[in-house]
Amino acid sequence: MNAGDAAARLRSIRIDLQVVADMVTPESRVLDVGCGDGALLDYLVHFKRVDGRGLEISQAGVNACVGQGLSVIQGDADADLKTYPSKSFDYIILSQTLPAIHDPKAVLLELARIGRRAIVSFPNFGHWKVRWHLLRHGRTPVVDSPTHEWFETPNIHPCTIKDFIRLCDKLDITIERAISLSHWGYPRPSRLPRTMANLLDRHGLFLLRKD
Amino acid sequence: MSAPQAPKVLNRAPGERHGQRVQLGADEPLRLDCGMELGPFTMAYQTYGTLNADKSNAILVCHALSGDQYLTGTHPVTGKPGWWHLMVGPGLPLDTDRYFVIGANVLGGCMGTTGPKETNPATGKPYGMSFPVITIRDMVGAQKLLLDHLGIDQLFCVTGGSMGAMQALQWAASYPERVFAAAPIAGAARHTAQNIAFHEVGRQAIMADPDWCDGDYQSQGKHPRRGFAVARMAGHITYLSGPALHRKFGRTLQNRPGVTYGFDADFQVESYLRYQGSAFVERFDANSYLYITRAMDYFDLVEEYGGVLARAFEGTETRFCVISFTSDWLFPTSENRAIVHALNAVAANVSFVEIESDKGHDAFLLDEPEFRATLAGFLNGAAEHRGIKRP
Repeated sequence: MNAGDAAARLRSIRIDLQVVADMVTPESRVLDVGCGDGALLDYLVHFKRVDGRGLEISQAGVNACVGQGLSVIQGDADADLKTYPSKSFDYIILSQTLPAIHDPKAVLLELARIGRRAIVSFPNFGHWKVRWHLLRHGRTPVVDSPTHEWFETPNIHPCTIKDFIRLCDKLDITIERAISLSHWGYPRPSRLPRTMANLLDRHGLFLLRKD
Repeated sequence: MSAPQAPKVLNRAPGERHGQRVQLGADEPLRLDCGMELGPFTMAYQTYGTLNADKSNAILVCHALSGDQYLTGTHPVTGKPGWWHLMVGPGLPLDTDRYFVIGANVLGGCMGTTGPKETNPATGKPYGMSFPVITIRDMVGAQKLLLDHLGIDQLFCVTGGSMGAMQALQWAASYPERVFAAAPIAGAARHTAQNIAFHEVGRQAIMADPDWCDGDYQSQGKHPRRGFAVARMAGHITYLSGPALHRKFGRTLQNRPGVTYGFDADFQVESYLRYQGSAFVERFDANSYLYITRAMDYFDLVEEYGGVLARAFEGTETRFCVISFTSDWLFPTSENRAIVHALNAVAANVSFVEIESDKGHDAFLLDEPEFRATLAGFLNGAAEHRGIKRP
C-alpha cells in the first residue's frame, strides 16, 4: 500500500467509525458484525494491524470485502453468531447495525459472550431532531435514510441511548466506556447513567464487557 | 520435502496425450482406506506458470467427477478449452503470471493416472473391477506424494469445485501445515443421501448395459456406451437448475414443426442431453465413473472426525474461502454453510460468499463475474499475507 492509498483510507473513514476504531487495541482479534463494504474492517486491518473478520448479510457487501482480501462471511447476526466460540475475539463490533437486528437482546448477549469486549454504536433515536420530527409532523421518524419510509426501513428496532443503557443494566453487561457524537459530529464522553446525551447527541458508542 | 528416492518420470510415447506423468509410491506404497496398498502408481498432471524460488506460490486445483488435469489450453482429447480456462491463465483469478498452478488427474481417473482403465502390472491386464475402491482421502494422499515429488512443502492454496471442494477440505483437514489457504467451491463436508441416490442411478445404468461385461469390457473390445450415456444424462440434469434448463430450452422442439407422436428426441432438451451423454462416453471410462462416484459417496468428513466437523479443523491456521451458488441444489448453500459454521467454531480465518446465479451446480465452471472477482480477491489477499510478489 502506498502513502496515497493510506491517506485516502484515512480521509474516507466516517467519524463514528473513527471513534470505534480508536477503542480497538492494535494487533488484537476483531469481529465486525454487519461490516457492510468493509470500510471499518479495512481500516482496522491496515492501520491497527488487527486479525480482522467480518459478518455481513448483503451479498454486495461480502463480495466487496472478500474481493479486497478481507475475511468476511455472508451471514446474519441473528442466526450465525451462535456458531462462534466464547471469548474468541478481543473485540466484537456492532456498528450501526443494532436497529436492523430482529432480536437485539439475544444478539447483545451473543456479542458479550463472543468478545472479551464488545463495541456497539447506533444512531440515537432519542435525539431532539427525531423527537421534533414526530412532534411537528406526527409521522414516524426514519433515521437511516431520508428516502426510506417507515414501512421499508431495515431499522425495525430503533433505540435511544437511554434504552440501550437500560438493556445493558438488565442483561448485567458492564459499560466500560460511553461516547456520544454531538449533532455536529464531535465525540464527547457521556456522563452515565443519566445524561443530556440522549436528547442532544446523534450517536451513541459503547464499550461493553460481561464477565 | 522430497521423496527419499527420486521417482521415475515416465517417458512419453509418441502421440502421448497425458502431459506430464510421474511414477509415485515406488518406495512405499500408498495405503488406501479400503486396507489395500497401491504402488507404484502413475500420476498424470499439468502445470501452468512458474514455481517461484521459495516454492511458495503453488496452487493445486482439484478437479470434479468429470474433470481432469487439463485446466486450460486445448484439451488433447476433446479439442475444447480446459474445464477452468475462465479462471486459470495470465491476468485471470488464478493468475499464471503470479502463481504456479497444478492440475492432477485423480487416483482412479482415466486421463493417465492409475485407475481401472490402466494395466495392472501384476496381471498385464486392465484393472477393471479388480481396482481397489478408493476414497477422497486416497486421492489426496496420492496428490501429497506428487507434491513431495515436486518439492513443494506447502501449497499456497488448494481449491476446486464439487468433488474438488471435497479434496480441498480433506487436504485442509489431513495436512493443515501444508495448506496456507483453501477455497472449497460448491462443496460439502459429506455427500448427502440425495446425491448418493443420483450416483446409484448412474452406476446401475452402467452395470445394466450388457456391454459392461461385469467391468471387463476392455478385454472384450466393448464399452457400455448406452448405459454410461444414460448415467451422464441423469447426472447432467443435477448439475443444472430448473430455471437454467427452461431459459436454455423451454419446450422448444428440435428442428420440427410439431411433436411426432413417437419417442424421437422431439424436444431440444432431449437432443441436448443425448448429445451430452454420447460425447461424454467418448472421452471417459465407465469403470472410472463407478469408482469416482463411489469415492464421493463415501466422503464424510463429519464422521471421520467423530461426528463433529469442527474437530477436522481444530487449531487450523489455513485461510479459508467457501463459495456456494444460490441455484445449486446438488451442493446447496446449506451444506457449504455447515462448513463455515464448523470453521467459525474453531475461530478459523474464513470467508464465505453465496453467489447469486441461476446456473445450478455447474456455475463454478461458467462465466460468473462475481464468483471470479471473489476468488481473485481472496487469492490476492492471501498472497499478500504469504508475501507472494505481484507480477
